[in-house]
Amino acid sequence: MERQVRQLAVALLVLFVVLIAQVSYVQVFAAERLAENPANAKRQLIAEYEVARGSILAADRRTVLAASRRSAGDLRFLRRYTAGPLYAHLTGYYSFVFGRSELEQAYNDFLAGTAPQLLPQTFADMVLGRPRRGASIVTTIDPVVQRAAQVALGDLPGGVVAIDPRTGNVLALVANPSFDPNPLSSHDPEEIRTTWEALNADPEKPLVSRASDELYPPGSTFKIVVAAAALENGYGPDSTWPNPSELDLPDTVETLENFGGATCSGGSQITLADALRQSCNVVFGEIGLTLGPAALAEQAWAFGFAPTAMTGDVDFDIPFQEGIFPDPTYFVTRRPAVALSAIGQDNVAANPMQMGLVAAAIANGGVLMRPRLVTEVRGADGRVIETYEPEAYSRPMSPENAALLAAMMVDVVQNGTGAAAQIPGVSVAGKTGTAQHGEGQAPHAWFVSFAPAENPQVAVAVIVLDGGSLGSDATGGQVAAPIAKAVMEAALNG
Amino acid sequence: MSQAVLPRGRPRRGAQVALTILALVIAVGAYILVGLGRRGNVPVTLALYGSIFAVGYAAAALVIRRFAPAADPVLFPTAAVLTGLGFAMIFRLSGGLAAEQATWVAVGITAFCLTLVLVRDHRQLDAYTYTIGLIGIVLLLLPIVPGIGRTINGARLWVRIGPIGFQPSEIGKVLIVVFLASYLNQKRELLRVATGGIGPLRLPPAKHLMPVLLAWGASLAVLFIQRDLGASLLYFGIFVVMLWVATGRIAYLLIGLLLFAAGAAIGYAIFDHVQLRVDVWLRALDPDKVFDLGYGQLAQAQFGMATGGLVGVGLGRGSPGLIPFASTDFIFAAIGEELGLLGTVGVLLLYVVLVGKGLRAALACPDGFGRLLATGLSAAVALQTFVIVGGVTRVIPLTGVTLPFVSYGGSSLVSNFVLLALLVRISAGPAPTRPRRGG
Repeated sequence: MERQVRQLAVALLVLFVVLIAQVSYVQVFAAERLAENPANAKRQLIAEYEVARGSILAADRRTVLAASRRSAGDLRFLRRYTAGPLYAHLTGYYSFVFGRSELEQAYNDFLAGTAPQLLPQTFADMVLGRPRRGASIVTTIDPVVQRAAQVALGDLPGGVVAIDPRTGNVLALVANPSFDPNPLSSHDPEEIRTTWEALNADPEKPLVSRASDELYPPGSTFKIVVAAAALENGYGPDSTWPNPSELDLPDTVETLENFGGATCSGGSQITLADALRQSCNVVFGEIGLTLGPAALAEQAWAFGFAPTAMTGDVDFDIPFQEGIFPDPTYFVTRRPAVALSAIGQDNVAANPMQMGLVAAAIANGGVLMRPRLVTEVRGADGRVIETYEPEAYSRPMSPENAALLAAMMVDVVQNGTGAAAQIPGVSVAGKTGTAQHGEGQAPHAWFVSFAPAENPQVAVAVIVLDGGSLGSDATGGQVAAPIAKAVMEAALNG
Repeated sequence: MSQAVLPRGRPRRGAQVALTILALVIAVGAYILVGLGRRGNVPVTLALYGSIFAVGYAAAALVIRRFAPAADPVLFPTAAVLTGLGFAMIFRLSGGLAAEQATWVAVGITAFCLTLVLVRDHRQLDAYTYTIGLIGIVLLLLPIVPGIGRTINGARLWVRIGPIGFQPSEIGKVLIVVFLASYLNQKRELLRVATGGIGPLRLPPAKHLMPVLLAWGASLAVLFIQRDLGASLLYFGIFVVMLWVATGRIAYLLIGLLLFAAGAAIGYAIFDHVQLRVDVWLRALDPDKVFDLGYGQLAQAQFGMATGGLVGVGLGRGSPGLIPFASTDFIFAAIGEELGLLGTVGVLLLYVVLVGKGLRAALACPDGFGRLLATGLSAAVALQTFVIVGGVTRVIPLTGVTLPFVSYGGSSLVSNFVLLALLVRISAGPAPTRPRRGG
């Protein structure tokens, strides 16, 4: 019997060895695969919310755009956006039902603490049994400018972008309507779904940023792109162009008229600078036809425009829809469209972010800096993990031509359609736009600007949807220019 | 190993006391950590539950010292650590269940002490072979009786008389091991005789094969009528092991395995729930199946253990509430989540120690009955642990039995403490006739 007991001991020990091998397999070797099983959603969720997710900070490193707080429920941390809708299109939301958007999505690896750069710290946390902590990101957003843009835009539908032309730093990015990311980021699935459905049912589409996601005809603001193309192709500010009351469009009986059907002042010939100051559609139609679609496209693309909505390549920290200027082949059978495109109509499209980049490139001596929203990633212990330096995206103009165009744009504000953007003691460069976008609808009011002209520190682009009147191109300036002015003042005083 | 290295009868009070204190510290410590991990403070029930464990463990240690001074000093403390860990985990899952479990810990330790006091010498039990066997069988089959039997979670394991519900098969298990030890010890020589043979297998005469076939039939009855896969497997396993140890005939082991295979095949062929168990076992993580109820439950146990990883998420800091039946069948997975691989392997090693010490007591026991009894009881603990842990970790199809000392459940805890008391008794030999003085 003794021999059997000993053999039994060995046999039972083998059973336990099998169990130990299997738990090792389940808990260590297969753990990662099990963690990713689709049926493991609840644990994945809990694991995700275990993390003290990093904050999203403004450029001043004090203003908190998004932060995580301890929560009493099953999920350990709750995401809070204390300013509500103010930064919503920058931070995005953080929802366990509908995922993440904007910076919450783009920098999720850092915020959630899963980026490989954070391994030393997260490993230390694991060993010490502390919850994993995410890194914080420092943005370029200036809360003063952002708040000023929000106040200036008020309840008007539209968008505002402010960019530091020297670095590409985005100082403000505001769109109306916005949304409150808090209910979408709550722990209550019912609240999240209700909010989500309401936001998606809203015809104003609050989740989509009118400053950087949607596209609108840029109207007369696109004339600065055409003027840049003229300068780059050898036509100076004083080059003269015929100044009729209307332009016969090729291959058709249609004509192109100035806004309100008037003739620009200055006689039968008009200079490029004068035509920009008065925003003469007829003259810019001529210039477009003279330069041709290839030259226009090349200039627009250098400013960041793309041939189609799918092909933009401006690298921005959050999703950005670049403006559109069609491929020259598009115009082969549509020659009138060249003249219409030169005044920012037909298939040309842009948004405040795109037009802000155009203004910033002109302001920065012809060099377009890549737009930048995040400058720094800091670990939970305050250590700098990553820094992002300013970098040039393209050189759409020579410094000389940029200076000439800037002077022409100063003239627009001092003596032309952009008078509403004048700031005492500061030379402001700008261009108005009143973009038609449908029969019987009030046109969009645009203003694109930068200041101070001799030493630019901020470029601002504004769109107010349906904000202009069909009567005069200056109405765009009257509605949008004061908003741009307020934002520039905030940036320059800050 | 020779008998010389298996000392018996030498009191080892120091080790017994030190290990019991250590077990108490681990048990109460784990329970306090649960409170800290969950709410950041010491549980408000500390005074109550802490004193139940302190008084209970101290009482058990005193009774061992008085009535079984030569007992193996590791047996009780090992079970005490398992009981404490199980309680901490149950407390972590549900305050209400913890209150019940604490009561059962008190009842279980009382039963442990009573068993040691009443069974002064394990050979007393050898005198009641058939009485004990009969009670065991009756308890086993009690849930079938209409009116008092209850079906819970698809298995008819429960008896409810008035307000008191219990699983008679748990205590029946211990009685049947006692019966088998006694019966097989008496018939050992008869069963050893091999007259015929099939090929190289030498078989005993047909009439001595009857017990094997009877046990097989009883196991199948448990399976078919009570639908209790786990218990059926367990009883038959214990029986075959004890038969083999008693007779030294490997033929019984092989015949037992064949009969088990046949029983399993029959069960699989005619029972939907057996087929489902096997399919759940094989395809718990299959993307097509993992969202189905039964599959998902087993999958959740895997997810919980995987979440625990090497060191666990910490007591009170995981989400074992997502694991179904986390306080009973799946408590091992809940431990895996919060204490990690360190915790699960630790628990398994505690069983290795417990079973090893039980078998050591068997080897050291001079009489055949005691030796068989200790072997059977140790094998019962080992097999039951294997059946449930193997089921939870997908080594074998899951069948619901409790994890000894750890799972929530009064019948299980009380019967396992009685089992432990018998092992302690066998390891200690007969109780001293006079009260010991001093110490």
